Amino acid sequence: MSGPAFPTPVQAFLADRFGEDVLEAHAFRGDATVVVRRERVVEALRALREDPWRFEMLVDLTAWDRFPAEPRFEVVYHLLSPSRGERLRVKTRAPGDDPTVPSAVAVFPGANWFEREVWDLFGVRFEGHPNLVRILMPDDWEGHPLRRDYPLTEEPVEFRGHVPKVPSEIVPRVPPPGEGP
Amino acid sequence: MALARETLTINMGPQHPSTHGVLRLVLELEGEVIVSCQPVIGYLHTGIEKEMEHRTYHQNIPLVDRIEYLSSYHEELAYCTAVEKLLGLSVPKRAQYIRVILCELNRIASHLVWLGTTGIDLNVSSLLMYCFRDRERILELSEMVSGQRMMPGYFRIGGVAADLPEAFAPAVRRFLDEFPRRLDEYEAMLTDNLIWRRRHEGVAVLSREDALRYGVTGPTLRASGIAYDVRKAFPYSSYEDFEFDVPTGERGDAYDRYRVRMEEMRQARRIVLQALDRLPGGPVITDDRKVALPPRGELVRSMEAVIHQFKLVSEGIHPPKGEVYAAVESPRGEKGYYIVSDGSNRPVRVRVRAPSFSNLQALPSMVRGGMLADVVVAIASIDIVLGDVDR
Repeated sequence: MSGPAFPTPVQAFLADRFGEDVLEAHAFRGDATVVVRRERVVEALRALREDPWRFEMLVDLTAWDRFPAEPRFEVVYHLLSPSRGERLRVKTRAPGDDPTVPSAVAVFPGANWFEREVWDLFGVRFEGHPNLVRILMPDDWEGHPLRRDYPLTEEPVEFRGHVPKVPSEIVPRVPPPGEGP
Repeated sequence: MALARETLTINMGPQHPSTHGVLRLVLELEGEVIVSCQPVIGYLHTGIEKEMEHRTYHQNIPLVDRIEYLSSYHEELAYCTAVEKLLGLSVPKRAQYIRVILCELNRIASHLVWLGTTGIDLNVSSLLMYCFRDRERILELSEMVSGQRMMPGYFRIGGVAADLPEAFAPAVRRFLDEFPRRLDEYEAMLTDNLIWRRRHEGVAVLSREDALRYGVTGPTLRASGIAYDVRKAFPYSSYEDFEFDVPTGERGDAYDRYRVRMEEMRQARRIVLQALDRLPGGPVITDDRKVALPPRGELVRSMEAVIHQFKLVSEGIHPPKGEVYAAVESPRGEKGYYIVSDGSNRPVRVRVRAPSFSNLQALPSMVRGGMLADVVVAIASIDIVLGDVDR
C-alpha cells in the first residue's frame, strides 16, 4: 500500500503556517497525520476547511488513552475533502491532569455529538461545547469507561456455582517481540 | 387578549415501532409543527469498543458483526481492511472478489430491509413481505458460504474463511436474474404512487451544506447532491475493477433518498455479476503464516506449521506499532475503523466510525419546521441501525 509523497502539500502548509505548534507530521501506511498543539487545533481545522484544502467534512472525531504515558489523551480528527478526494488525520494532545481541548463545534457542527461521546467515554472536556453531557452512558454513570485504567469487569450474576473471572485476563496481553513483559 | 405561544413537549420512543430500534426523540411541538427535536441515544450501548481492546485481532471479527447487524459483511470488511492496512498485507485477488460479491449482496439485503420497514412506517405493510421474501434469498446465499444467515463471521484477516461452494455462483445468478423484475414491481408500486410521493417529496430535506457540516455519508449524502462514495473515492477490495454508477439526488428530500437507494440496488447487482464473471482463481486467504492459519494438511508434515498454528491460536497476530484508518462504503455510509496498535497481540484502541451516528445527528435539522407525522418518514429515510449508533 503506497501512500502520497511525504510530506504531503497540506502537511507542508500546516508546518509552514503553524511553525512550532505543529508538533509532528508523519505518514504511516499512507495515512497523512499532523499533531497540532491543542491551543491552535481549532484554528488549524478552520484553515483546513477553507480553500484551497477544502476539508469540508469532519468524518470522525475520537480519542485514545495513552495511559500511563503523558500527555495522556490524544484527540483524533479525521478530515475528508469530498471534492478533492483526500483524507487527513489531525491530532492533538491533552495531559491527564488537565484533559481539556477546545471544542470544534463552531467549525464543524457535526463535532457536537462526537465531542459528547469523547467526554462520556474518556472524560476529555471540550471547552466552548454548547451541551457537554453524556451521550451513550447513563447520565448518572461514574467514571469514563474507555480510559485504560477503567477495568473491564464481568457483570455480577446470581447463579449458583458461578466462578467470577476477569474478562481482561482471558486473553493475556503478549508484548511485541523485544519488549519485556 | 393575545394568545400565549405555547409549545408542547412530547416523547417519542424509545419503544416506538417507527424508531427502528431503541431511539428516543424529545420533540417540541407547536400544534403539529416541530419546533425542536432532540434525539436521545445510548439505549443499545454495549461497550464493544472497550471489549475489543481485550481480545486478539481475530477474536474481534464476531464482535464487529453485531454492530451494524443488517450489513455484517461490510462491518467485517471494514475491520479486516483496517487490520490488513496496519499489517501492510495484501489480500489475494480471489478473496477480494468474494468479499465484493458478498458485500454487494449484503447491500441489496440491507436496502430491502430499509424499503420494507419504510413501507411499514407508511402503512404499506405488504411491501415488507415482498422485501423479506427477496432478502431471504440473500440470507440463504449467505448461509451457503458462511453457515450463517446473519452475523456470518466469514471474512478473515488476509482473506476469507473458505472458498465458495460450487452451488453458490449458479444460485446467485438465479437470484440476480429474477431480481430486476422484482425491483420493477416495487418501483411500479411506489415510484409514482400518489401517496408515496406526497409522503416523501419535500419531506425531511437536508441541504448540501448541512450534509457536509454534519458529516453525513452514504445514500443520505448522495441524495443531497454530493457524489461521494468510498468505493469510488478510495477504492478498496478491488472496487476499481468494476463498472458502476453512483446515483445522486438533487433536492435532498426523502424521495431522493428513496430513488438513490433503489438505484443502488441495481448497481449492486451489476457489480456482483461483473465479479462473478471475472472471479479469478487462486487462494482465498493470504499465505503469510504469521497472519493466517496454515492449511490443515500441513500440520501433519511440518513442525513449523504446528508452531505457527499454536502461536496464532494462543496469542494471535502482532501488527506493528502504529495507527490506521480504513473505511468502506456500507449501505448506510462511510463505515470506518481507526485502530491503534502498540505491537502487542491486542489492539490498544479500536474506534468504530459509525455512519448512522453522524446521519442521525442531522435528523433535527431535517425535521425542524416540518410536521410531526413526517418525523417517521425522516427516520426511515436515513435508514439508521441503532446498534451502529450506540455500538
